[in-house]
Amino acid sequence: MATKPVPIPDETSAPFFDGARNGRLMLQYCSACARWSFPVRERCPHCFSAALEWRQASGRGSLYTFTIMHQVMNPGFASAVPYNIAQIDLAEGVRMTSNIVDAPNDALLIGMPLEAVFEEVGENVCLPKFRPVAG
Amino acid sequence: MANQPKGAIAGLGVTPTGKIYGRRAVDFAAEAIALALEDAGLNKSDVDGLLINANLPGDMDARSQMALGFENLTLINVMSAYGSTAGSMMQYACMAIREGLANVVVLVYADAPLSATRGAGQSYAGPHRFPLAGMNGLRAAYGNFGANPEYAMAARRHMHLYGTTTEQFGAIAVGQRAWAQLSPWAQMKQTMTLADHQASRFIAEPLRLLDCCLVSNGAVAVIVTSAERARDLRQPPVNVLGYAQCAPGDNLQTDRHPAVETGAKRSGEIAFRMAGISRDDIGTCQLYDCYTYTVLVTLEDYGFCAKGEGGPFVADGKLGPDGALPTNTGGGQLSGYYMWGFTPLSEAVVQARGQGGARQVPRNDYVLVSANGGILNFHSTIILSRHASG
Repeated sequence: MATKPVPIPDETSAPFFDGARNGRLMLQYCSACARWSFPVRERCPHCFSAALEWRQASGRGSLYTFTIMHQVMNPGFASAVPYNIAQIDLAEGVRMTSNIVDAPNDALLIGMPLEAVFEEVGENVCLPKFRPVAG
Repeated sequence: MANQPKGAIAGLGVTPTGKIYGRRAVDFAAEAIALALEDAGLNKSDVDGLLINANLPGDMDARSQMALGFENLTLINVMSAYGSTAGSMMQYACMAIREGLANVVVLVYADAPLSATRGAGQSYAGPHRFPLAGMNGLRAAYGNFGANPEYAMAARRHMHLYGTTTEQFGAIAVGQRAWAQLSPWAQMKQTMTLADHQASRFIAEPLRLLDCCLVSNGAVAVIVTSAERARDLRQPPVNVLGYAQCAPGDNLQTDRHPAVETGAKRSGEIAFRMAGISRDDIGTCQLYDCYTYTVLVTLEDYGFCAKGEGGPFVADGKLGPDGALPTNTGGGQLSGYYMWGFTPLSEAVVQARGQGGARQVPRNDYVLVSANGGILNFHSTIILSRHASG
């Protein structure tokens, strides 16, 4: 059976994937304007400063919107449909796309509070996913 | 002066589109350009500018000029702002002509992503399109392939905020299918009811199969020249009265709401001001319709109805034949043909000339064209008219 695609960490994304492997959601934080950003960048998208550093984010957020995928676009997802894809508004002001786990698709509600969990998807590769938490 | 024409469209060529196999994109491009030259009453040797819309596979590159047999061009480029590129190309062509860099500029979009073994979904979102290195690999890892899930999430957000329904999206699809039945160029001819729309399978909830555009092999070419020169050519000139782009940018921040406000708002305001007309002067809209939802949010952002009221606005069928705001009168990308921004642009030329036959709208003085690219990251607006001023 085909497996789901596994990202291949590279030099610029290593802090993100290293963090995920250790159960931490790592994002870039700008020490010049005190705002966060995602995905990885050379300069802050807000103030364009180069003073970006990786910091652990809270992993807390809420469900901004989601879809339930029925179409199989990749053989690795053939047995996964229907599966959800969600945009999560993180407490840090960053909007991430991920999957919601530990909840059936019909329990997803826009605005529901979520927290990051980390799932091993390949050898030494973990991904942040999100699960509902009590409001 | 504010409302003098920026340029004019003198020729239009649209090839047969759809599941036509065995030809390369550049082959379709050659046919579309030949049709457009014939339409305008021009020869290939009259062409001194070529702007190519970059397509997704990337095979329509600058070297296409050789395959197309152009010589001594004084203007050439490949342009890419995804689906919105048609509007940017129109801007650059008109500016170049007014600056004297070229006199007759061909704009072309051509694509052949479909094959006997690769269908619509796979052509745009198959594994060959998704790199795995670094953070780019996250999309595939989360199963987020192509545009379908991204637009589905935007549509869901709109439904959540405003109570928009799948039946309201369906009204757009049904109206456009009715238009397609009147167009000899349209691919989809079978009658569609709202029940058909509701019975169509989910692709990415809340979007159903009949909310999603086609994918087509084929090409469209448009010939742009000065308004003065266009008056002496074969076809009634279609003047370009206004145009603008707006690229809203990255949407991965919690203070941005691309599902709620798109680049149509700002680019529309600029284009209307440039044309010297108001929204009420528009007799027909040709709007980028990668999804039914895109039509709805674009109508809101151009101000045809208040923000959030797009659902009730379209539900009465006013976009379809005999409706108060005839929109996507060739069937659009949903039922006509999918040539990115050249779908709305080509139909706008037909309507502005008054050559729509069974689908011709009665009020064709001013035609609004929108093009949208990426995941609501790019937008362009063009206002066309058979009149030389607003």
